[in-house]
Amino acid sequence: MAQALMTENSDLPTQNMVLNIGPSHPATHGALRLCAELDGETIVKATVEIGYLHRAFEKHTEVSTWSQIIPYTDRLNYCSSLLNNVAYARAVEQLLRIEIPERAVFIRVIVSELARIMDHLICVGTSAVDLGALSNFWYFFNVREQIYDWTEKLCGARLTTNYTRIGGVMRDLAPGFDEGIRKVLKSLNKALKDVTKLLGRNRIFMDRTQGVGIVTRDEAINWGFTGPCLRASGVPHDLRKAQPYYHYDEFDFEIPVGTVGDTYDRLMIRIEEMKQSVRIIEQALEKIPSGPVMVDDSRVALPPKEKVYGSIEGLMNHFMLLTDGIKPPQGEIYSAIEAGNGELGFYIVSDGGPKPYRIHCRPPCFPLTQAYERLVQGRMIADAIAILGSLNIVVGELDR
Amino acid sequence: MMIERLQQVFPNEVLSTYTTAVGEAVAVLRKDKLHDVLAYLNQNSDCLCEALLDLCGVDYLSQLKPGEARFEVVYQLYSYQHNHRLRLRVKIPAEDMTLPSATDLWVGANWFEREAFDMFGFQFAGHPHLKRILMFEGFEGHPLRKDYPIEKRQKIPFPQEIP
Repeated sequence: MAQALMTENSDLPTQNMVLNIGPSHPATHGALRLCAELDGETIVKATVEIGYLHRAFEKHTEVSTWSQIIPYTDRLNYCSSLLNNVAYARAVEQLLRIEIPERAVFIRVIVSELARIMDHLICVGTSAVDLGALSNFWYFFNVREQIYDWTEKLCGARLTTNYTRIGGVMRDLAPGFDEGIRKVLKSLNKALKDVTKLLGRNRIFMDRTQGVGIVTRDEAINWGFTGPCLRASGVPHDLRKAQPYYHYDEFDFEIPVGTVGDTYDRLMIRIEEMKQSVRIIEQALEKIPSGPVMVDDSRVALPPKEKVYGSIEGLMNHFMLLTDGIKPPQGEIYSAIEAGNGELGFYIVSDGGPKPYRIHCRPPCFPLTQAYERLVQGRMIADAIAILGSLNIVVGELDR
Repeated sequence: MMIERLQQVFPNEVLSTYTTAVGEAVAVLRKDKLHDVLAYLNQNSDCLCEALLDLCGVDYLSQLKPGEARFEVVYQLYSYQHNHRLRLRVKIPAEDMTLPSATDLWVGANWFEREAFDMFGFQFAGHPHLKRILMFEGFEGHPLRKDYPIEKRQKIPFPQEIP
């Protein structure tokens, strides 16, 4: 009887099942859709569909003035909007061939590193939540909240910062920023220590992440990976070192590199990077010179109020900058910085007019997401969630 | 240095080369033999552009002079070995918008090419899966072309199955 049942069962027709995850799903961290063909619980084939958050950023830029685009850049990678602001402003400044004041450079370094820390905090914190480790999330988000408080004092907003201006930054650091940030860094170091202890040698965490979603060195390069995901695969490449900008070559910091290129490495690299960012911020706070935070150039900077009200030239300058805007010379440029997720580049074509002719944003997530389809092949659904978290896909910049 | 090599090896394909004010190396190409140029840049030991970091299209409709190609596909290449960048601006006339796909050289080109197809309508020959990526299926036209009106709206059809 039992024998008969066994043979009968082995003849049962089986069929792969298609499971749809997203576009609205807590584990996808945004509107991302994954269609997975399953054999049991194993993913045979997966297709990623993006575009649910497409807001026509690039089309919008063609009808906006150069300054009006800065708020749009906040919404690219909304986890680290300050970095996007810096990347865009730097690209336009390069096109204009403007050197911004030293103090503005240091402020940009500080806010960039703070934004990088926030980005990594979210990535590691939420990935851990997806794997069932909730407490790390609170340890990290506690610190992130403190950084947000300082972001608010810096520019009046928490998420949509709109902090840089073409030619400098919106305003100087808030009073008490130095001591305040040092305090935040202290609590960050504590949180990093706590989370490293909780996760680093945690059996469950290691089993879920080690050897999962391995990307080899050559694959990572061929896929166009940049940032922490590339470094996790063992490529010691960081734009801050390889093609330094904003005095990054004068700061003393290291580039953590992974060995295996799995989910564990990708997450741990971020923890190490936060420690390096702390070092950079501390050095920048030491070295920051006093002086203006906006370049003295009537082509881009608004004149001081007494000139606007006191002289016809100042009034005209103010009026023209606000109505007509900045006019970079004709030409094109590709300018990239090391953002939280990797190389954030802007390819800008200017026809010499008050509006850009074409702006293309190179989001670091884009190559990461297209590799995701292949990384989940042959893995379990639970692994897919772990891999997705470690790639840190931010749909705002993915879909633009 | 790399652009001079490129000019020597492909004298007919390279239309011009220049270095921008901030020191970026740029080569302007015609699209014939584009795949050979890309393969050379990818494999030759002096160039060794292991990574295709970015690919995008540009529509020069508003600046078009007679006899010039309307579109451009822009490649941003990077060599980890030599730590140098190269930008390729490939001229694409509106009459014939096919160009070879680079997916066999760089896997990462896949989505970038899909995006360029989606936004401008370039036909990448040899691409494994050339379909829209950011816009929805059933969208008509190519939104980043200069003659696509900014205020134009299209109805989103009922969601479709992904193959």
